[in-house]
Amino acid sequence: MNITPLFIVLPLGGAFLTPLLGKRWKYFPGAACNIITFCMLCLSIAAVAMVYRYGIIMYRVGGWMPPVGIALVLDSLSAFMLVTVNLVAFIVAVYSIDYMKMYTARWNFYTLFLLMIAGMNGMIITGDLFNLFVFLEIASIASYALVAFGTEQEELEAAFKYAVMGSLASSLILLGIALLYGFTSTLNMADMAQIIAGRRGSQLLLFVSGLFIMGFGLKTALIPFHAWLPDAHPSAPAPISAMLSGVLIKTLGIYSLMRIFFSILGMTDAVLNILLALGAVSMAIGVFLAIGQWDFKRLLAYHSISQVGYVMLGIGLGTPLGILGGLFHLFNHSIFKSLLFLNSGAVVYATGTRDLRLMGGLKERMPVTAATSFIASMSISGVPPFNGFWSKLVIIVACVQGGRYGYAFLAALVSLITLASFMKVQRYAFYGRLGEKWRHAAEVPFSMRFAMIVMAAACLFGGALLLPSISAPFLKGAEEALLLGTGYAGRVMENLK
Amino acid sequence: MDETAHGMTIIVKTVTRLTVGLILLFGIYIVLHGHLTPGGGFAGGVIIALSFVHLMLAFGKGVALKKLSRPMASCIESAGGLMFLAIALLGYTGGWFFFNYLTGRGQPFRIFSAGIIPLCNIAISLKVGAGLFAVFMALVFLGVWEGDKK
Amino acid sequence: MTVYLLCLILFLIGVYCILIKRNLIKIIIGLGIMEYGLFLFFVLVGYRMRGRAPILEPDQIIADMVDPLPQALVLTAIVIGLATTALLATLAMRLYEKYGTFDITQIRKLRG
Repeated sequence: MNITPLFIVLPLGGAFLTPLLGKRWKYFPGAACNIITFCMLCLSIAAVAMVYRYGIIMYRVGGWMPPVGIALVLDSLSAFMLVTVNLVAFIVAVYSIDYMKMYTARWNFYTLFLLMIAGMNGMIITGDLFNLFVFLEIASIASYALVAFGTEQEELEAAFKYAVMGSLASSLILLGIALLYGFTSTLNMADMAQIIAGRRGSQLLLFVSGLFIMGFGLKTALIPFHAWLPDAHPSAPAPISAMLSGVLIKTLGIYSLMRIFFSILGMTDAVLNILLALGAVSMAIGVFLAIGQWDFKRLLAYHSISQVGYVMLGIGLGTPLGILGGLFHLFNHSIFKSLLFLNSGAVVYATGTRDLRLMGGLKERMPVTAATSFIASMSISGVPPFNGFWSKLVIIVACVQGGRYGYAFLAALVSLITLASFMKVQRYAFYGRLGEKWRHAAEVPFSMRFAMIVMAAACLFGGALLLPSISAPFLKGAEEALLLGTGYAGRVMENLK
Repeated sequence: MDETAHGMTIIVKTVTRLTVGLILLFGIYIVLHGHLTPGGGFAGGVIIALSFVHLMLAFGKGVALKKLSRPMASCIESAGGLMFLAIALLGYTGGWFFFNYLTGRGQPFRIFSAGIIPLCNIAISLKVGAGLFAVFMALVFLGVWEGDKK
Repeated sequence: MTVYLLCLILFLIGVYCILIKRNLIKIIIGLGIMEYGLFLFFVLVGYRMRGRAPILEPDQIIADMVDPLPQALVLTAIVIGLATTALLATLAMRLYEKYGTFDITQIRKLRG
């Protein structure tokens, strides 16, 4: 039970140690980061097992009882998100060992990377609303600095845009928290849920819901708040693009929205319909904007918008099967989108360009990258038997079961257009004739290959997460924790005894 | 010492010599009495950083960097953060993360009566002070670019 | 009520600066104004009628005090705002080095 603070302490300790020791011993930052992320991965898998056995685990920081003190709450949804974040973080850390040789001042990178992981983990396990805001800001500011890491012209411009828009969103979130504090006079999530349950129907709650949808919607890059994403995600170094697209937009955006709306404010039909509509619009517009792109990473960024729309569609349905599909697609998207960004990084490492028109026939010189990229493209398009197929199938079946045939048709159509878009990527980048300039392109080093192969294996066998024995503690547990709604407060309160 | 080469006029330099030590002392006072009077780690750390910035504005970069060079500022900042984390982890001896484990707490209006809170304030002031000074240094050194760039 | 409306006006002035101004430094200043309007609103939420500052003095009967919790939270948020402003200022200076201008209509290499 006492391992809960370790999720914040380990990355934070690493982030503070790296400036001290990283300048003297060149290998310290990379080694420390890999060891820390591996420990976090093991701890999060242990957390899933523990939550399955003991129910909701609550940890009082400093021994102070909530609502006076801050509580760290681990329920199944938190455990699910922890595994997602730490798995992608570990793979990206392994990949960065070789990729960051392209940049100087590597200890800066590892400090900011560990701070971002500490912020995301802190957001997932906290049970206090202002603590959520503080960790949100830690992760966001670290990501603004990481987007600008290469300090070229485009990267600085993208980072400035991202930072201004992100700060605006954070201010809106802070305004919502201030109004909620004025309404309920407490900051603890469980306490607030119980007070709000008795005073529903107030107009203040409508305003606060709107503020949170705007603020967290910008962090998730839902349409119409997506304008920063196509500039920021391509400009970051490839491992950071994988982290940003794979886990940051989901933790900062989707997880927070779910936690606030399902567990604290109480989900109403109006909010569900708004999320459903925003998800469907994001799906459609994201993929239409992606077709015409010739920059590899910019195309992947637009597809991120589209796939996050899928997750929102699944969650916005509100039915158990829909939420299961949404959460499963969240996990799958972390895996295959990270793999796609890591592939693009491998291509940049070998050829130095991101423009699809200049590449060609890289399959002969880079077999591992081509194979894993093929697997990831099949996953994102929803081709059986890869993991993307299963999650999209669950979402479409849930739409049909709920009687929303239009959304189901839209989901299938967007999947087809995604397939077309990735066929274009495969043909221009990997198949076709080998260009003259790339005759000496070499396969990427071992750590990058290892990271990509592990992710590809996860893509291949990801469908197994739907098997009853594996999904009971993991996916089904998370879905039940969400559907509990404001019952979350009751469970946490009885844990106080 | 070359009085008129760097920094500001001699009036500013004389006044600075008198006041910069007092500003530093005032900052330390605010940090140490954080549990009795308003202030604490953040505000005190900012005042301590500002005393060094005051020194740099009045005398020029060289003098301020001799007092607190950039690698030293980075070290102090990391050490402050690590001290804070170590204090929090030592709370495990009392049973909880961040537990207030030092004795003698709970007596009002005395300076050594709040357990770990003054130590946490000192750690935070180190981090904020050194960090703010390092940020200022980075911005000043960045500003040395050539005149008209295309 | 008027106090809250004035805070909202401060917030809106900040948002106006971010949206309309073309100079990078003015956008950063607008962000700062917006954040400080928000912090002021948060502190004013904790006001009690006829309350005094929440400091305990030696020979003092415990009278009505304003809520100290928003003040602590706003202190944290001010430091977060400081970090963001420092980062944005550095980005603006590097942008001036690379592009030669502070005007955002000229800094438009990324499109599409």
